[in-house]
Amino acid sequence: MKEIYLDNNATTKVDEAVFEEMRPYFCELYGNPSSMHFFGGQVQGKVTEARKRVAALLGATPDEIIFTACGTESDNAAIRSALEVLPDRRHVITSRVEHPAVLTQCRNLRQKGYRVTEIGVDGAGRLDMDEYQRAIDDDTAIVSFMWANNETGVIFPVEEAAAIAKARGALFHTDAVQAVGKIPLNMAASQIDMLSLSGHKLHAPKGIGALYLRRGTPFRPLLVGGHQEQSRRAGTENAAAIIALGKACELAGQQMQAENTTVKAKRDRLQDALMAAIPNARINGDGAERLPNTTSIAFEFVEGEAILLLLSELGICASSGSACTSGSLEPSHVLRAMGVPFTCAHGSIRFSLSRYTTDAEIDTVIKELPPIIARLRQMSPFGREHLSKG
Amino acid sequence: MWDYTPKVKDHFLNPRNVGEIPDADAVGEVGSLACGDALKLYLKLDDNKEKIVDAKFQTFGCASAIASSSALTEMVKGKTLDEALAVSNQDIAEFLGGLPEEKMHCSVMGQEALEVAIFKYRGLEVPEHDAEHDHGHAYPDYEGTLVCKCFGITDTFIKKVIETNKLTTAEQVTHFTKAGGACGGCIPKIKELIAEVMGQQTAQSQPKTGKLSNLKKMQLVQEVLERDIRPMLMADGGDLELVDIDGDNVQIAFRKACAGCASSGNTARFVEMKLRELVHDDLRVQEVAA
Repeated sequence: MKEIYLDNNATTKVDEAVFEEMRPYFCELYGNPSSMHFFGGQVQGKVTEARKRVAALLGATPDEIIFTACGTESDNAAIRSALEVLPDRRHVITSRVEHPAVLTQCRNLRQKGYRVTEIGVDGAGRLDMDEYQRAIDDDTAIVSFMWANNETGVIFPVEEAAAIAKARGALFHTDAVQAVGKIPLNMAASQIDMLSLSGHKLHAPKGIGALYLRRGTPFRPLLVGGHQEQSRRAGTENAAAIIALGKACELAGQQMQAENTTVKAKRDRLQDALMAAIPNARINGDGAERLPNTTSIAFEFVEGEAILLLLSELGICASSGSACTSGSLEPSHVLRAMGVPFTCAHGSIRFSLSRYTTDAEIDTVIKELPPIIARLRQMSPFGREHLSKG
Repeated sequence: MWDYTPKVKDHFLNPRNVGEIPDADAVGEVGSLACGDALKLYLKLDDNKEKIVDAKFQTFGCASAIASSSALTEMVKGKTLDEALAVSNQDIAEFLGGLPEEKMHCSVMGQEALEVAIFKYRGLEVPEHDAEHDHGHAYPDYEGTLVCKCFGITDTFIKKVIETNKLTTAEQVTHFTKAGGACGGCIPKIKELIAEVMGQQTAQSQPKTGKLSNLKKMQLVQEVLERDIRPMLMADGGDLELVDIDGDNVQIAFRKACAGCASSGNTARFVEMKLRELVHDDLRVQEVAA
């Protein structure tokens, strides 16, 4: 069965050109970039090139890029560092809809005596900037807001939020794992201190991430014991993956226009057709500014896992904010924070496209999903009166 | 992805007996939209009102909820009402070749719907949903005190499921009943209920005071350690070993996470309390290095 992969916010295919770029650095050019000899030196040259490429995509300078193992490591390193460099400040601000890589860490900080404020969102998933303004004070060490939400694609005004943090002397971090490569970012024009990104969300392999650290921002490393990354992240460089990330960032820059035109057009066509064909559905985050590749649709009176497994039988890969797929018993914290009505909180499906998504694939989903929802609703004891009217 | 058995997949993809029976003799309804799963079960009886001749269901829920409902209808057809009442949630899970533990609450939901349908048919009182809970009611109201406020689950129901499924950890109770699965505030209470049920099960058969032969004493101590104590320790990654029994002195050595654990002294006191409660009041527990 050929897969129709619409789960690109979970992970992406490694671009063939990215794979070719990294291929020689396993069996042939396997030198340690830190070595003195020519053999390591030629790897060092490629790592330097990769750093420039990542910096270019972010509108940053190469010395502001620290390579890490994943987005989660970058998030952990950023928040921990901020607390160490501002030891007199005991307050942390984040949002209720963050990825667990940030949210879990912040909640753990409560046990260590920090004050942690989680800023809420409105029904469309937009950050409550008034609540944020009221929450921040001179005790705030770090503010961490995601650039774009992984489940709904809703984009937060992080540049504005960073300026507010700066004015109070706090550091500002953003988890931009879903935003990098999908929307244009320019660190030079922002006041963001730290930014996390992950390779496997933009067609590089898994196991590589980066932390952008604004020049001059004080930093304490998470990993110590080596001079790599200017002593900001010890451990032998994952050279092949770094080189791959560099190439992926270069391609993402070239494809940025397409991402926001052709990919977005396919996403819009998918969501418009599904909304037209399926009654009692709503787009999570409708009305908010969203990523061009993501749509999360809540279907009333049906449960997400059942939808996903029936799609999966047809080779269609999507994801859900429902409880049953994760083993948790509640709908996702993102949908709950948005106050998605209980009639459809359990029936949300996320489709996330990429530049590889074809029109034919979108056509297949438009054809196959409505009968799946109808079939499950037929089986459900709820909603008959609403649906017969609709 | 869940590791569903072929039979679960089959009953999910090709569910048997979906639909309503307009002139059903018995109808049982459990769960709610807010809970994330719900089942409405319809039973049709023969002319003598003894045997179930037809069963149909409507289910809102995940794959295992649909498969459990489908399995249930297949299992009860042809059974008398008393035979149907004997169907347990484990029977439903077994019929399907097993369910992931996180999904066992789906089989419990099936068994509950069946019980509600038959009780209502027999005119027994099934309390109606009365209060609003964060997630709606997962099950009909049982008598007793509300433990899980999120899913509206009482101590009576939780104890019943602990007992019939021989559950030993709070995590299992969540997987089987949903209780504790949202805010988690009731998990300490669930742990107490587990201890209570375990205590009852053993207290019924064991003497606590009076003269015990040494042989009998050793036997009982070993039994209690195996049945009531080690599973609890192992659930938290720990363990213990019985080293010796000298008169009323029970010598134990802690293993795994318990060894060197800062609160092993408390654990030893807990073991002593349990042994006194279930075997003999004079027992003393001593921790020894192995």
